[in-house]
Amino acid sequence: MQPGAISGSKDANKGRWLDVGFRRLSVGSAVLVLIILVAIALFLLQQALPAIHKDTANFLTEQQWRPDDTPAVFGIAALLYGTLVTAFLAMLMALPVAVGVALWLTQYGPRALARPLGYVVDLLAAVPSVVFGLWGLIYLVPKMIPLSAWLSTYFGWIPIFKSDAIFGKSIFTASVVLAIMVLPVIAAVTREVFLQVPRENQEAALALGSTRWEMIRLAVLPYGRSGLISAAVLGFGRALGETIAVALVLSANYTVSAHLLTPGGNTIAANIANTFGEAGSLGRGALIASGLVLFVITLAVNFGARAIVARRREFTAAT
Amino acid sequence: MTLTALDPDPLHLASKGRLPRWASPAIALACAVLLLLVFAITPADGRADYLVTLAVVFLVVQFAISYAVEGGRKARDRLAAAAAVTGLFLALLPLVAILGFTIVKGMKRFDVTFLTHSMRNVADSDPGGGAYHAIIGTLEQVGIASLFSVPLGLLVSIYLVEYGGGRRFARLVSTFVDVMTGLPSIIAGLFVLSFWGLVLHQGFSGFAGSLALTVIMLPVVVRTTEEMLRLVPPALREAAFALGVRKWRTVLSVVLPTALAGITTGVMLAVARVVGETAPVLLTVFGTSSINTNPFSGPQESLPLFVFSEAGLPNNTAVDRAWSGALTLIILVLLLTTAARLLTRRSAPRGR
Repeated sequence: MQPGAISGSKDANKGRWLDVGFRRLSVGSAVLVLIILVAIALFLLQQALPAIHKDTANFLTEQQWRPDDTPAVFGIAALLYGTLVTAFLAMLMALPVAVGVALWLTQYGPRALARPLGYVVDLLAAVPSVVFGLWGLIYLVPKMIPLSAWLSTYFGWIPIFKSDAIFGKSIFTASVVLAIMVLPVIAAVTREVFLQVPRENQEAALALGSTRWEMIRLAVLPYGRSGLISAAVLGFGRALGETIAVALVLSANYTVSAHLLTPGGNTIAANIANTFGEAGSLGRGALIASGLVLFVITLAVNFGARAIVARRREFTAAT
Repeated sequence: MTLTALDPDPLHLASKGRLPRWASPAIALACAVLLLLVFAITPADGRADYLVTLAVVFLVVQFAISYAVEGGRKARDRLAAAAAVTGLFLALLPLVAILGFTIVKGMKRFDVTFLTHSMRNVADSDPGGGAYHAIIGTLEQVGIASLFSVPLGLLVSIYLVEYGGGRRFARLVSTFVDVMTGLPSIIAGLFVLSFWGLVLHQGFSGFAGSLALTVIMLPVVVRTTEEMLRLVPPALREAAFALGVRKWRTVLSVVLPTALAGITTGVMLAVARVVGETAPVLLTVFGTSSINTNPFSGPQESLPLFVFSEAGLPNNTAVDRAWSGALTLIILVLLLTTAARLLTRRSAPRGR
C-alpha cells in the first residue's frame, strides 16, 4: 500500500501529484550534476580544438608558449612537466608527514591535546591558497635561497640539485609551498579514516603482544589503506590544479629542466593565471586547451585511484 | 613433553632491559644541549636548521640506545612514536607560522580606511586605499553561488539518500560528484569562461564568477549534506510513513529538520571553501579597482583576487594591502569554520 493511501481521495491525489513532482525535481537535480560535468568536457573541447588546429608546432611536444604570435607556436610539454614534477615532489614531502600527523592525532597523542589539534588541522585545511602563495612569495622565497645554495654546493653532483643561478623562485620552492598547502588537507582526511578503525582490531593486536607500532602496522594501516589512497589522491589533485600559490612563487619560463633549484619552470594552472590577462583570442583558446589537458590528467588520477581502491575492497572481501 | 619445555617468554620481551619512562625526554634534552654546543663552535646556524638537525639526531640516538637496551621491536616502536611527533611539529610549525605571519603583517593596514574604501584613484605606491569593493564583490558572488548550489546540492543529496538506494544511476551520480570534488578550481573558471563568455558572448561579471563558484561548491554541499541525511534514523521516516504521510512531506518536514544543524554546518564549510578561491574568479570576474555593486554587469573585484593582484606589485604599500586582504579572508574562513564546529557540537543528529 502506498503511504498516504488512507487519507481522503481528493487530498490523496494532490499528495500523489506533489510526490511525483518532488521525486522528479530531485532526480532532475541529480541529472544536472551529470550534465554539468559532461558540459565542462564538451565546452573545453569545443574551445580548445580550433586553437590546437591553428598551432603550427606539435601541441604535445613543443615547449614554447607563444599562441598570439603569427604563426602561433605553443605546446604543453614544459607546462605539463612542471605540473607533474611540482605535484609529485609536493606529495613526496607532504604525504609521510601528513600520515605521521594523523597517526599522532589518533594513536599517540593524549586526548586532551589531540582533539583541539585535530580542529586546528581542519581549520588549516580551509586556509585559502592565496594566503599560502603570499606567504611563499614574501617569506619563503628569500629563505629558500640559502637552503638551495647549500643543496647545490654539497649535492650538486646529483643532476637535479645542480644549479648555476639561484634566487629562490624555483620548481623546488613551488613544491615546498604546495606541500605545506596540501598537508593539512591530507592529514584531515587521513585522521578521519584512522578514527574509523575498529577498536576490536586494535585491541586484538595489542592483546597478542604487539608493540604500539606493530599494532598500527597490523590493524590501523591495512584498515585505512583505501581511505589513505583517497586522501593522497585528493591532495595530489589539489597540488596538480593549484593556481595562485604557484603563480606567485614561480618565475615563469617555458623550458623542461631537470635542475629543480634553477629559477624558472611553470605549471598549467599558473600559466593560465599569469598570461590570461594579456591573451588574445587564440591565446585564450590555447589556455583552454592546456586546461583540457589538466582536466584529463585529474580525471585519469581520480579513476585510477578508484580502480585501486575498488580492487583492494574486492580483495579484502574475498579473504 | 612437559609444559616447562615451553619458552616462558616467546617474544623475548622480559629478557631484554627496559628504558625508564624519563629516558625519551632525557635523550632529547641531551641531544639539544650537545647540538647547541656543536652549533656554537661550527659555522652552522639558523633556528630552522637547528630544529631539523635536532629532530634527526634525536631519532637516531634514541633508536640506537633503545636497540642496545631493549631490542629491535621496542626500538622500532620508539622510532615510530618519535617520528609521528616529529611529523606533527614539522607540519604545524610552518602552518602556524603562516597564520601568525598573516596576523602580524595584516594588522598594519587592517583599519577603517581599509574596510571602507576602494582602490579607485589610488596608485600602487599610495599608502591609503582599501578592499571595500573586494569585500562587496566576494559577498555578492559567494551569496549568489550559495543561492544556486545549496538548494541544488540538497536536492541531489535527497535523491542519493531517499530515492537512489544503491541504484545504478545513483552510483553513477555519486561517482560524478566525487570526480567534481577533485576538479581543479581553475577548470571551473575555464568552463564558465568558454560557456558564458565565448559561446554566449557575455562579458566579465560577478554573476559569471558565481557560476564558476557554484560548480566548485555544488559537490561539497552534496557530500556534506548527504552524510548528514544518512545519519537521520530510519525509524523517523518509518514513523512518518506509518502515519500515512507522503514521502515528499516526510523528507521536507521530518528528515530535513532533523538534519538541519548538520546541513547548516556543511553549507558553512562549503562557503568557507569557495570564499578563498582565486583562480575561477580571476577568469570570470576579472577584477577592477572601483566599487561595482551590480553583480550582473561589468568586472567586479573579489577578496582573493585583490590579494593576488596587490601581492604581485613591487611596492611595499601594495604588499601591505595584500596582507590585510589575506587577514580579512582568514578571519572570514575562521568565523565560518568555528561557527560550523560549534553548531555540530550542539545539535548534530548523532554526536561523534
